[in-house]
Amino acid sequence: MEINPFTILIASIFTNNMILANFLGMCSFIAVSKEIKTSLGLGQAVTFVLTGTSVINYLVYTYILEPYGLEYLRFIVFIITIATFVQLVEMIIERYVPTLYYSLGIFLPLITVNCAILGVSLFMVIREYTLLQSLAFGIGSGLGWTLAIVALAAIRQKIKNAPIPKGLQGAGVTLIITGLMALAFIGLSGVVTIQ
Amino acid sequence: MVKGLGNIFRDGVFQDNPVYRQILGICSALAVTNLLINSFVMGMGLIFVTSFSSLTVSLLRNHTPSHVRMMVQTLIISAYVIIVDIVLKAYWPAMSDALGPYVGLIITNCIIMGRCEAYAQKNKPLPSFFDGIASGIGYMVVLLAIAVFREFLGFGTLFGISVVGDWWTNWIFMVMPPGAFFMLGILIWIANTYIPAKDEKLGGAK
Repeated sequence: MEINPFTILIASIFTNNMILANFLGMCSFIAVSKEIKTSLGLGQAVTFVLTGTSVINYLVYTYILEPYGLEYLRFIVFIITIATFVQLVEMIIERYVPTLYYSLGIFLPLITVNCAILGVSLFMVIREYTLLQSLAFGIGSGLGWTLAIVALAAIRQKIKNAPIPKGLQGAGVTLIITGLMALAFIGLSGVVTIQ
Repeated sequence: MVKGLGNIFRDGVFQDNPVYRQILGICSALAVTNLLINSFVMGMGLIFVTSFSSLTVSLLRNHTPSHVRMMVQTLIISAYVIIVDIVLKAYWPAMSDALGPYVGLIITNCIIMGRCEAYAQKNKPLPSFFDGIASGIGYMVVLLAIAVFREFLGFGTLFGISVVGDWWTNWIFMVMPPGAFFMLGILIWIANTYIPAKDEKLGGAK
């Protein structure tokens, strides 16, 4: 696995986008993408947590779980790491950067159950990334997620007054738009590829 | 508040279907539906985890302090997911590879947490167990419905068996991510149009 970390960074933003190619983090993606501002807030929080947890989970997996043959415990350990990290970040931000806390506040606890976070850690293990690659993957995935949710929020604001058939309103049309976005992003797949 | 078993199943599978009605658990619903067999295995895994974690949560409901109940639920769910993962790895490694991280992502599937929190926490073990099975079946039905179309249009096969002749041109697009988004969007549209929501029905609007 000698992929340049920078390649991973670019690929995880554009061609292997967490939402549009791997379907991770869909729940909050559909629910929160009504306004650009809140989407951006959630995106920042996700990027931050992803960066932190991918590194911590990498270290925990390589130096604690693997040497003792405890790989099968990784689901439990990863989810605990993520929950603890989110809790810690919440306390630290509240103590030192209150303004940021109030803008991210409500989103932080939500992040624990965002599948993108656990998904990145699991992908990292499956693809056998190194520390630097994991870091790049974490940051890139977060940025890619933010890009997708902000773009979707912008589109949804534009079509707010469009005459959409009743049954399709809400989740239905959001998924169709996401499909179109995914289609557009496939156009970028020639730029870089990782697997 | 004790509903009959029939009601639990009807609600879980049709009216309150977790996927198209409550928009829960759609990450994995989209990711594994390019092949019917993957969707089937994923559905079975989810039924197992949902039913048994509902059962366990319900058994422990009087002994769990309420402020740590989320953590307890997550740990219970993780334990069952690990069982699914280990069994798959041991007996069906090819499937384990195909599903990749999505088996582990059953943990963050909101359906399970939702059922534990909304139903098992307040009800007796046996109804909770069946409620878990019902939600799981509702999830699997939707997965299979999406997968039938995606696999048929994308590969011209059903469960890996070719059902059309050589003249069939595969719609590669259907097995790629956009196909999944479109299929689920259309399914939600159909469901919202033809399956009445519960409160509407109670209001006599059919």
